[in-house]
Amino acid sequence: MPKDYGIGASSKRREDVRFLSGLGNYTDDVVIAGQTYAVFVRSTVAHGRIKSVGTATASAMPGVLAVFTGEDFKDVGGNPAGWLINSRDGTPMREPKRPVLAHGKVRHVGDAYAAVVAETLQQAKDAAQVIADETEIEELPAIVDMAQALADSSNRVHDEIPDNQCFDWGWIEDNRAATEAAFKSAPHVTTLELVNNRLVPNAMEPRASIGEYFPGTGDYKLTTTSQNPHLTRLLIAAFVMGIPENKLTVVAPDVGGGFGSKIYHYGEEALVLAAAKKIKRPVKWVAERSESFLSDAHGRDHVTKIELACDKQGNFLAFRTSTMANVGAYLSNFSTATPTFLHGTLMAGPYKVPHVYVNVKTVFTNTAPVDAYRGAGRPEATYSLERVIDKMCRELNLDPFEVRRKNFLTTDMFPYTTPVGLVYDTGNYQATLDKAMELGDVAGFEKRRVESAKRGKLRGMGLSTWIEACGIAPSNLVGILGSRVGLYDAATVRVNATGNISVMTGAHSHGQGHETVFAQVVAEQLGIPESSIEIVHGDTSKIPFGMGSYGSRSLAVCGTAMTKAVDKIIAKGKKIAAHMLEAAEGDITFADGKFSVAGTDKAKTFGEIAFSAYVPHNYPLETLEPGLEETAFYDPANFTYPAGAYLCEVEVDAETGKVEVCSFTCADDFGNVMNPMIVEGQVHGGVGQGIGQALLENTSYDENGQLLTGSYMDYAMPRADDVPFYTVDASCITPCTHNPLGVKGCGEAGAIGSPPAVVNAVIDALHRGGHTHVTHIDMPVSPSRVWSAMNA
Amino acid sequence: MHNFDFVKPSSIAEAVKALSNEGAQALSGGQTLTPTMKQRLAAPSVLVSLTGIAEMKGVCLGDDGLSIGAATPHAVVAAEAAKHYPALAALAGGIGDPAVRNRGTIGGSLANNDPAACYPAAVLGSGATVVTNKRKIAADDYFQGMFTTALEEGEIITGVTFPVPEKAAYVKFNQPASRFALTGVFVAKFKGGVRVAVTGASNNGVFRWSEGESALSSNFSGAAVAGLKVDAAEMIGDLHGTPEYRAHLVKVLTKRAVDAAR
Repeated sequence: MPKDYGIGASSKRREDVRFLSGLGNYTDDVVIAGQTYAVFVRSTVAHGRIKSVGTATASAMPGVLAVFTGEDFKDVGGNPAGWLINSRDGTPMREPKRPVLAHGKVRHVGDAYAAVVAETLQQAKDAAQVIADETEIEELPAIVDMAQALADSSNRVHDEIPDNQCFDWGWIEDNRAATEAAFKSAPHVTTLELVNNRLVPNAMEPRASIGEYFPGTGDYKLTTTSQNPHLTRLLIAAFVMGIPENKLTVVAPDVGGGFGSKIYHYGEEALVLAAAKKIKRPVKWVAERSESFLSDAHGRDHVTKIELACDKQGNFLAFRTSTMANVGAYLSNFSTATPTFLHGTLMAGPYKVPHVYVNVKTVFTNTAPVDAYRGAGRPEATYSLERVIDKMCRELNLDPFEVRRKNFLTTDMFPYTTPVGLVYDTGNYQATLDKAMELGDVAGFEKRRVESAKRGKLRGMGLSTWIEACGIAPSNLVGILGSRVGLYDAATVRVNATGNISVMTGAHSHGQGHETVFAQVVAEQLGIPESSIEIVHGDTSKIPFGMGSYGSRSLAVCGTAMTKAVDKIIAKGKKIAAHMLEAAEGDITFADGKFSVAGTDKAKTFGEIAFSAYVPHNYPLETLEPGLEETAFYDPANFTYPAGAYLCEVEVDAETGKVEVCSFTCADDFGNVMNPMIVEGQVHGGVGQGIGQALLENTSYDENGQLLTGSYMDYAMPRADDVPFYTVDASCITPCTHNPLGVKGCGEAGAIGSPPAVVNAVIDALHRGGHTHVTHIDMPVSPSRVWSAMNA
Repeated sequence: MHNFDFVKPSSIAEAVKALSNEGAQALSGGQTLTPTMKQRLAAPSVLVSLTGIAEMKGVCLGDDGLSIGAATPHAVVAAEAAKHYPALAALAGGIGDPAVRNRGTIGGSLANNDPAACYPAAVLGSGATVVTNKRKIAADDYFQGMFTTALEEGEIITGVTFPVPEKAAYVKFNQPASRFALTGVFVAKFKGGVRVAVTGASNNGVFRWSEGESALSSNFSGAAVAGLKVDAAEMIGDLHGTPEYRAHLVKVLTKRAVDAAR
């Protein structure tokens, strides 16, 4: 019988009641007396030198309260890169300043070079249009293609960076020679060149920010769409604005999805704070969807050559990749970590491969900045590996299931140090593959294929066996690797006098369901009802200094901090119980919500202990403090390593090239599962995004750096009828060995594992249909591309 | 969006008069005009709504065929034309999503003449007559290229009259993002011959595939077009499909429309 509360129960998402009934409180729902409206003036050219910004007329227009240009921010700091990467030759990466507003040059379509604040949104828009009309920008040739950008020093995104290269990274440089030697002597080498397509995050709620300034105290408040309010505060305070941290409160209220794009600090946040101070009134900015397309940090955008060396039986000998990763016009906060330590370190996959070498060149272009997007680097690694393995199987006429199976690390090999620097603590890749093959009825495929063929459809099956590193991240390790921040997290558990509990978490929930799941975990630990527990997040004035939510880290890192804080509550409760029951502390046991004296029937309920803590009429104050509130910080000892096997079946319409996903089977190992329903939902969402990347989503800039897919008229998002009913299983469990809950994280898995399964299935369908010349089609595998490949 | 005045006349005569004002613009379902105004790409000073005019609404079978008021929303056509002209009703029921179908109108679609819209294929494929406040325009004369029609300044479409064919079908291949027609083909078999109208594919907007028409007029079966080749020269090439792909789709979808015709 499934549990109906606590760990392992499919408790219904309590936050959905407000989300689904229109009672959420998103940034744009926050209305402050006297608020004003900011509108940004954005470049319509990809690359240009600002000759003059036409603010004179606009400043005098009705309702206009203030106008800002890059000149106003030239003396404040830039928005920094959070991760220092060194090139292969030891030189540090190039870090051009990313200003609040563009100054001197505009570097991508959508780059904001001015802002207007006015009494009404319409007045601000009117003035912004006049500024745009009266501004003189000398257009320069756009740098869009990465290879050209590297080759042509005469045209530069940043004048001080001659070859438009941020860094040239080798991982691990010491592995290079041995890897090359392995390739030289290998019986077989498969090579594949592929593009991991750029994606626009498209959170349902666009970015929005409200700045407030309180002249009486000199305090600032920023209400903003953030996945990590403390990190945003730190970046604004320490790097960009120089506001003392204790004078700035950052609040991220309900946030409608982020997928990574709301990790980062953006110039708009700094602008509304500066403007609020200048005009002494609240300043609100809400992005329109077109602005989101142009100015949110995009994802992916890798061009990769991957090579696989193996013997004739398909035993892996070495992997080697050479990647160009687009960082866009400026470095976003984690854009240097994503193609490196979230990508190169995963390039061994779940396989025993002796030699791996990864080379990544990051390139500045006149396009929107690129940063982490659901999966962040790990989807790129997985896609490259799982595609090249499939290609090799076809070249050597080997079974793709068996090739993966025989190359898997086996359960007796853990902990296992990979050739790319990670230590996998645990896993069972054979188990998830078996489960996927069973649930996906691999045995019955041929029958289904024949049935499809009768309807003129080419049926194919694709496999992807993936691994990721999440639970981000051990600070000591990432510090060595160049991170400029720690990646611990924190939680405060406050037991109130009446016995209910407020848990303040550093993690931020923007769709994940923390308010439900975190309460389940605490309920289990304390033996009290979930309904007595409230999860508070998203406000730096309430929560401890945590690092927010991304990288499938919330439960593994913040959840662990929370359980440790609860442990402290129990320990303190024992002290109180010992006092109340006149027993020795060591004799007190805690179970089922009761503190008891071992071996007696003397006991106090959790509620009695809580009340006593705040009504300490006869406490021995020298040895027992009143109150029942504890905070814990937790820094993980290692990453966690979720893994799984994904199986996709497609039908390709032989006449039109249209791909239909008929079934998608996921067998995941997420370690222990706290709420199976929410885990399943996370996998649904991730796989939906993965199918979107594989079949639909295409971010296309033309040669002038104009975004051709700047609206939903041309940017294809997956819709309900584009995806199948999923089969999702999380029953293959190898608990994480280094956190007390044994959890690994599930938020990104679907987006990581699914794209290669889809593309492998399409290629399989084409081969089975006789189109054996098609070895690869770049994503999105659109009908037109499939048809062109079939008819090439 | 800029400020504008809004009038909602109850007769065609009042609407024509209101449209004679400087900067006036007719508004039907607003499925194109409203987003354009929100993006500040259009700024009419007066919007003249055509949706309050009773004589421009409804579906009615008469001697000339099926007449549809220009301000009739797609959803109404989908429901009310079903028993008279199922292919037309199915086309209307496949435009956009329910919100679009409850707001968008046939007159608005035809006046705009988006090269990827569905209705132009039905009108041209049926050989329908576009009725305005001034005259009747044969479909073959009405469509004059992308976003271009025979309408004159201030002229309002009041209705469309469709001859009902023996058999017809519309098959649309969706552009993946917008779900407008990447290519859509309307095939209609009349006593006197077959008409094939193609939307979404051509740089010149909706067009009749005459080679397909003559092949199908002598043999109304999918096989009749199998040997034909559609010229890609005038086809649209963009992110979603090459000219060759669209030319190919014209043939495939024609075949499918013939197979589906009833």
